[in-house]
Amino acid sequence: MSKKPYHDIPGTTIFDPAMALMGYHLNQFAISLMKAENRDKFKANERAYLDEWEMSEEQKQAVLARDYNWMMSLGGNVYFLAKIFSTDGLSFQVAAASMTGMTQEEYAQMMLDGGRKPEGNLYKQEQHNG
Amino acid sequence: MAKITAGVATSHVPAIGAAIDLGKTEQPYWQPVFKGYEYVKQWIKEQKPDVIFLVYNDHATAFDMNFIPTFAIGCAPEFKPADEGWGARPVPTVKGHPPLAAHITQSLIQDNFDLTVINKMDVDHGLTVPLSLVFGQVEEWPCLIIPFAVNVVLYPPPSGQRCYDLGKALRKAIESFPEDLNVQVWGTGGMSHQLQGPRAGLINQAFDNDFLERIVDKADELAQVPHINYVREAGSEGIELVMWLIMRGALNDDVELKHRFYHVPASNTAVGHLVLENKGD
Repeated sequence: MSKKPYHDIPGTTIFDPAMALMGYHLNQFAISLMKAENRDKFKANERAYLDEWEMSEEQKQAVLARDYNWMMSLGGNVYFLAKIFSTDGLSFQVAAASMTGMTQEEYAQMMLDGGRKPEGNLYKQEQHNG
Repeated sequence: MAKITAGVATSHVPAIGAAIDLGKTEQPYWQPVFKGYEYVKQWIKEQKPDVIFLVYNDHATAFDMNFIPTFAIGCAPEFKPADEGWGARPVPTVKGHPPLAAHITQSLIQDNFDLTVINKMDVDHGLTVPLSLVFGQVEEWPCLIIPFAVNVVLYPPPSGQRCYDLGKALRKAIESFPEDLNVQVWGTGGMSHQLQGPRAGLINQAFDNDFLERIVDKADELAQVPHINYVREAGSEGIELVMWLIMRGALNDDVELKHRFYHVPASNTAVGHLVLENKGD
């Protein structure tokens, strides 16, 4: 298979049809949390609620660990996964920070300082993340 | 006849909606954001649009993994604010304009833009945050609103050129509607932001300001920018900016820039905002 044009963007998962196929059940589970009754069921027993979905064991483990990078590597899309961190009462900024390896405070300060700079972050070969 | 008089572009960051709903607009973090919208709040009172054609994207709210339309038009009489996982925003129900929406649907499909028709849909922050920014906290939205949802969740979204061309067909569609209506077209989303992965938090002020500059007078050229440039330079979610090109395509070639605003940050995102009026013809 030829390389996708976005293969060399660092630290980024593009949610394309191949990822969507892999993540179908994970994302459908996540969007089910838009209903209050499902949020209650999930909070009462996360494992039992996850077992109602045709997800892989690894996808379930990634959800239980709230490891969003892991979930995305298994086909999760951030807008679907947002229903999970909303259920946890967390903001987009807290969730985004958790994916960067920075603390919430460090991430918030980086945003106040103008965000992650494009320099060094547009191509994998030049990445230094600062 | 219906007439498009103006366009508004704005980011639709969910945290902005939360700041309004929770009464935080005067806090030091948020005050500079809302200051950038003081102009449009006065301007809209003078403009008094009858209908807003509001281009936005659904964020895995109305559309799950089962249905992902590229272009979807809301033809219902009303659309309720969605519960996105933390309860619905306390904002009014959105009232549509079914006859105009049906007319636009017919015209755009006959102009080769194959729309999906939506007769029942809840609308998320992508649609309601721009309304709150412009109209503030109100009992009822003061005009009718036609929601127009563009897929930017599943890659690839429509190209910038496709969006710009759709805007031009939209102008023809709206301006052939026989009722006298003052119509505005809004484009929402952006600006640079990335909400996911180790690169989350990317902001590209040079990209954003170039976009704000060129969409006014060089939109033909801007429309040719390929997806990969948005994703690489403005972040995986920065690609929402293609939606602004529908708004721009629907306006005349010559527009007057009434207001331009840019601020970093609102949560993870660069906020951009434009008010454009059609020059008299």
